[in-house]
Amino acid sequence: MNEIAIEQGRVSDKFVFGFWIYLMTDLIMFSVLFASFAVLRGATFGGPAEHQLYDLANALTETLVLLTSSFTCGLAMLAAYRGKQGQATAWFAATFALGAAFLGLELREFFAFAAAGNTPQASASLSAFFTLVGTHGLHISAGLLWMLVAIAQIRLKGLSPFVVSKLKRLSVFWHFLDIVWIFIFTIVYLMGHML
Amino acid sequence: MTHLLFGNLTLADLPHKWFTVGATGSIIAGGIAIAALLTYLKRWKWLWSEWLTSTDPKKIGIMYIVMAALMFFRGGLDALMIWLQQALGSGALPGFLGAAHGYLDASHFQQIFTAHGDIMVFFGTMGFLFGLMNLVVPLQIGARDLAFPFLNSLGFWLFAAGAVLINMFFVIGGDFAASGWLSLPPLSGPEYSPGAGMDYWGWSLQISGLGSLLSGINFLVTILKMRAPGMTLMKMPLFTWTSLCSSVLVVSVFPVLTVAIALLWLDRFFGMRFFTSGFGGNPMMYVNLIWIWGHPEVYILVLPSFGVFSEVVATFSHKRLFGYVSQVFAALGVSSIACLVWVHHFFTMGAGADVNAVFGISTMLIAIPSAVQVFNWIATMHRGRIVFATPMYWFLGFVSLFMFGGMAGVLLATPAADYQLHNTLFLIAHFHTMVVGVGLFGIFAGITYWFPKVFGFTLSEKWGKRAFWLWLTGFFTAFTPLYILGSMGAARRVDSYAAATGFQPLYATALAGGLLIAAAFLTQIVQVVVSILERKQNLAGGDPWDARTLEWATPSPVPFYSFASTPEVRSRDAWWEMKKDGTANAPKKYEDIELCKNTGMAIYLSGCVFLLGFALVWHILWLGVLGLAGAIVCVIVRSFDEHTEYVVTAAEVEKLEKERLGRSPS
Repeated sequence: MNEIAIEQGRVSDKFVFGFWIYLMTDLIMFSVLFASFAVLRGATFGGPAEHQLYDLANALTETLVLLTSSFTCGLAMLAAYRGKQGQATAWFAATFALGAAFLGLELREFFAFAAAGNTPQASASLSAFFTLVGTHGLHISAGLLWMLVAIAQIRLKGLSPFVVSKLKRLSVFWHFLDIVWIFIFTIVYLMGHML
Repeated sequence: MTHLLFGNLTLADLPHKWFTVGATGSIIAGGIAIAALLTYLKRWKWLWSEWLTSTDPKKIGIMYIVMAALMFFRGGLDALMIWLQQALGSGALPGFLGAAHGYLDASHFQQIFTAHGDIMVFFGTMGFLFGLMNLVVPLQIGARDLAFPFLNSLGFWLFAAGAVLINMFFVIGGDFAASGWLSLPPLSGPEYSPGAGMDYWGWSLQISGLGSLLSGINFLVTILKMRAPGMTLMKMPLFTWTSLCSSVLVVSVFPVLTVAIALLWLDRFFGMRFFTSGFGGNPMMYVNLIWIWGHPEVYILVLPSFGVFSEVVATFSHKRLFGYVSQVFAALGVSSIACLVWVHHFFTMGAGADVNAVFGISTMLIAIPSAVQVFNWIATMHRGRIVFATPMYWFLGFVSLFMFGGMAGVLLATPAADYQLHNTLFLIAHFHTMVVGVGLFGIFAGITYWFPKVFGFTLSEKWGKRAFWLWLTGFFTAFTPLYILGSMGAARRVDSYAAATGFQPLYATALAGGLLIAAAFLTQIVQVVVSILERKQNLAGGDPWDARTLEWATPSPVPFYSFASTPEVRSRDAWWEMKKDGTANAPKKYEDIELCKNTGMAIYLSGCVFLLGFALVWHILWLGVLGLAGAIVCVIVRSFDEHTEYVVTAAEVEKLEKERLGRSPS
């Protein structure tokens, strides 16, 4: 490798590493929300427990949609590494659509809860549920916005090292949200189902 | 309609009390004075393009320290008001200015101690620390910049936005939070603290906390990825090591603070039930969360000071630091145990004897790595050629206070004793001994030590030593009475007390100590002014203290590119070795230098975040949307910018270096 390539490698290394550290701080934030949820899930104040309200089929659909979006995001990155602008855009667009579908399913669940009077204000248990799952949803929304910006950058700037380095961080972010969701699906929905 | 435009704001929220009018007046007068001075000297453009938009860590460091000093002054005024109230607050004396006792009514007194705590911790001490780290860490590891210069600027401006927001209540609102610096619920919940003051508290801490988190990530990556060739981890100077420990702690625990305050806000804003007394809420969960952040925060504040003293003692003893490896592991030990002791802040919660015993013992364990460090410093001094310059005075003062406060800490770590001393002035005396004696004394030592590196001349030794003696005597006069009062059962945060308790003489002694500390602070200002006037006599070369670490390999003041050529490190105390083997002045091979361009984007972004925070305090929907959208647009615009760096060519560097050498024959 010549010196410039080494220098570029070092720089992008620095950015990816820094972004990983940020993700770890985000993970700590989620872990605190998980802990709060674990402490408060039984605190229903006489109302229905949150696990009696779930529609497991909806949660499973959400999970499959999000996992598929992680797959398409991976395909988008492969295309980006090979410099295939059209393919990368298409796969990111597919990822965006799946992410948006996930968000729609989540909002549908939230509104169904609220319509039955099970609002975040009804009990500490529901506050913790809405906040944990909602924070993940907020991250997904930020990821969707980011994806739009990324698609614009691919179209305007091409797959330059500058853009690909940003895409790399976006994909890491997206996979990270997938992992967090796996924990939400397991701890909130599946373990809730067993209660 | 008015609610749509102004949210919860009404005309009654404009300044009308003596302290809000006074503070607003002085803010406006100060602003006008500074604006007039800048206009008269035609310095607006200079201020904007050389300083405010700078991404140079040396300049950002100075801005941090100036900001922190201002906030330190502000928090110090609060402290004086607290001391005065308590000295006057005996039940035997009539109150005045409309207060039942003393001169402050209970609610105002509560706001003052709340603001004092938050401002000193978040904006005073944290600001000084990030300032010092900015000035020193890149130079110590032979780097020209931090890993992410823009993020560094953003971290500073978020810190500044938080600092402005926490003082905004003077101008708009008139009331600050009255619930103590950590604002425990349910007192801080919507039922008992419905006012905007509580939200000023939350959002100023969230915004500055975000800045701290970004800076923590930045320093972590910088120290791990940007070191000069040859500088392995175990060759790093101790200040860099402790900055690394501090950054790791910031990154690990600030997210917890963010969540704790966010959940409290959800309770307040949306009526959720996390910490409410009813509806299944659990207020003790907040106490756990806030102290999971809060205890490590104490170590975030003191660890860099440990590093400063390791540098200072080695330099002024003209010996390499005794027990380098054990010193590093002591710092790592302190950082890890710091995360395992939080329950000792509330032994009285009633978690039971077993839980309390575990946390009591883990707390006492911290004494071991702390003592290792003290022994290493003493062993470093042993048979050294010690120069008693001002930083060494701060060191000796620190050792005495650290021992004193540390012993008190071990005492408090015993749950049985803590049941007696919990929430008494004994606790207040203990943690002030640690945060002032360790944190601030370390910062003062560090500022005195590195001042010539930044400005090119040393601070006046005469005035520095005067300030030191005033601080030390002032500190003991002010806080020894609090240890005694606490042992007698005097609770913290009390604005008045029965005359029969006999507390008043001790409170009055504490006030006298407070006035000595105020005199000490003024002496420090005099020190800076005198030093500037006498700068011609105190010019410092690159290495005025005959020091050991890499930052002293640069000229003073440090040129904007820091190192003309990247240094190569072969051993610990790299600069000392270079001086010894004669490579210090070896001719340099110049190279192209890449530096980050200045940018105003961090200011625009922080401005938008500030608007968002202000809107959330007053529930102004449109302003909040505007602030949030503005912030997002700023991030997007920045993400499109590919040309954030510029190059100084090798030839230019050579020319600048020759000019510099021509000016100073050394």
